[in-house]
Amino acid sequence: MFEIAVAAMLITLAGALARALRGPTVFDRTQAVNTAGTVAVLLLALIGFLTGRPDFLDIAIVYGLLNVIGTIAVLKFFRYGDLGDPGHDQDRDAG
Amino acid sequence: MEAFRDILSWVLLSSGGVFCMIGALGLLRMPDFYTRMHAASVIETLGAGLLLLGMMLQAGLTLISVKLLIIGVLLFFTSPTATHALARAAHLRGVEPKLAAQGNEPSKH
Repeated sequence: MFEIAVAAMLITLAGALARALRGPTVFDRTQAVNTAGTVAVLLLALIGFLTGRPDFLDIAIVYGLLNVIGTIAVLKFFRYGDLGDPGHDQDRDAG
Repeated sequence: MEAFRDILSWVLLSSGGVFCMIGALGLLRMPDFYTRMHAASVIETLGAGLLLLGMMLQAGLTLISVKLLIIGVLLFFTSPTATHALARAAHLRGVEPKLAAQGNEPSKH
């Protein structure tokens, strides 16, 4: 039964990657990469069950943490044009 | 009891996979950025939740279940945060939602 779930995850991953390639804006690509990261976490957990090696779950946890940090970093860069910007929302939102 | 648990877990895993594929379909076919974001959230909530629950039923009361729960809580908190940041960044950068043309009658169905 894990094979079916893994196949569904791979199809989902293909869809997300197709959207990441097609764009058209940078936010579409970020969204697609974020989705691909979530799917990768689930895929890692499922592969751990499929091969009978639960160590994969630790990798899945680490991947989930990295995924959200990566997404926030990319979004911050494309919103302010700089990762070191302290981000004063009031000043920026006006302009 | 064992068979019942297996069947329940199989149903949860399959429906989780189906919801993930629905989300991917929406991600490919929806017309603009904001609706695509809506479709992608299906993967992160229902798809991930059902799959993790199905795997938890397979693992039973072990450390594996605890790790799966940690992954679930992580996704539960981080994916709305990422989606919110994404929508806000897109809105501030002037990505416009696709609206119906002015004066068009809304669909009756």
